[in-house]
Amino acid sequence: MNMLEVDGVGHTYQGKDGAYTAIDGLSFTVGMGELVCVVGPSGCGKSTLLRSIAGLLRPSRGTVSLHGNRVDGVPSDLSVVFQDYSRSLFPWLSVTRNVEFPLRRLSRSERSTRAGEALDAVGLGGAGKKYPWQLSGGMQQRVAIARALAYRPALLLMDEPFASVDAQTRFELEDLLLRVRREQDTTVLLVTHDIDESVYLGDRVLVLSKSPACVVADLDVPLGSSRDQITTRASEQFVELRARVAGMLQGGPVTVR
Amino acid sequence: MPASLIGLAGFFAVWEVASRTDLVPEYYLPPPSVVLPKLVSLLGDPEFVRAAVATFAATVLALVIATLVAVPAGLILGSVPPVRRAVMTLVEFLRPIPSVALIPLALLTFGTGPDTKVALAVYGAVWPILFNTMYALDEVDPLHVETARAFGSGRVAVLARVALPSAAPFVLTGVRLSFAIALGVVISTELFSGGTVGLGQVVQVASGGGLNMDTVLAGTVLAGLIGFGANAGLEWSHRKLFAWNLPRGGDK
Repeated sequence: MNMLEVDGVGHTYQGKDGAYTAIDGLSFTVGMGELVCVVGPSGCGKSTLLRSIAGLLRPSRGTVSLHGNRVDGVPSDLSVVFQDYSRSLFPWLSVTRNVEFPLRRLSRSERSTRAGEALDAVGLGGAGKKYPWQLSGGMQQRVAIARALAYRPALLLMDEPFASVDAQTRFELEDLLLRVRREQDTTVLLVTHDIDESVYLGDRVLVLSKSPACVVADLDVPLGSSRDQITTRASEQFVELRARVAGMLQGGPVTVR
Repeated sequence: MPASLIGLAGFFAVWEVASRTDLVPEYYLPPPSVVLPKLVSLLGDPEFVRAAVATFAATVLALVIATLVAVPAGLILGSVPPVRRAVMTLVEFLRPIPSVALIPLALLTFGTGPDTKVALAVYGAVWPILFNTMYALDEVDPLHVETARAFGSGRVAVLARVALPSAAPFVLTGVRLSFAIALGVVISTELFSGGTVGLGQVVQVASGGGLNMDTVLAGTVLAGLIGFGANAGLEWSHRKLFAWNLPRGGDK
């Protein structure tokens, strides 16, 4: 069964100086337990797509379904991790309270158990009493990931989650994501503009065209489930895949599998 | 001496010199070396203390009422655009009217009791809190709102769990600005309210005939000290409560 079905989704913003179509006729699916990366040129409407899936925006055309239910408003079992962790975490709440934020329907003890587990999973077990602004950027993004996981979402949406951290931290967080989704069997849709990242993380890579974005290619990434920053990235398969994605992003010959 | 007190000390020094050198006649402007001991001795006088406490209590009461009125009103004006459009002209008309200009009307309507000064002080103190609350809502980070919405928060939950905490430091700044306004209005009203208990009335009575200028100035200095202390206290609580809102250096 597909966790996510996006069918013919398009969105046109009505502005003062005319209409602007950000995405058009996007269709794809994400299977249960899959990690799918969406990669596209900057400004191609990736965020519009993500906001449509999250129910934060009602697309002008098409439908989005989450485990068979049509998305019409914000779904109750979906988490989002945004790029800008410093603005997505609430500075007036401690790390633990931030992670507990989405869990207010649970009892107090259940909340604190879940938050503790989620913080342990991202390696921040001891930082619960701190405030987000007392942590480094990478650690803040770990908190945001912990918050998303604590909610136990059917689908985890990530909007360029590692674009604002330094390269070293990015590698750490990528491996953290791979480990956590393996442990918790989470379905993930991750939007990025980084070709290497999309290939390194994804079970599949969806390549989008320039705005108005549509799906140019849907590539399988047969790199297996255990990946390594050094050997995987050096492997022939990886290099070949990243070249194909790069070629398609530059508008080269399109070879759909 | 802490650097923060240099200005204050300088002010008292200039005042002392102006008075001693007869730049200003000493019987109008007794020097601080007379006024401050007078203030100390007045603080031993139950009547004077009662007046000071009455003034302070009226100010605090007015501030509490103003906050209870202005914060919900600011939340509504800041988050429901149609209400804002409908009400803002009225607000902009009422706001520039100085509370002190309403003293005669209020005295005739409510009499010279404490209700009058509290009501007028509320009127004066409401605006900074209202505006700070309202504009703080405009400044709420859209990504905070988006995050809360993505985790299933509805309109009211976003207001209570995101907008209100974001706005809180600005609300407290509004309260801080309003304290001085409320204190000023309370004392001004007391000046005109014969028979009322309060610092303003003490000053008013003592000034008759110009013979007790030391008491007049002692009352005035005490008003300044009350304002100074309240401001320092509110600033301190701002730092304690809203550490997250303080400017931070570094790359954290």
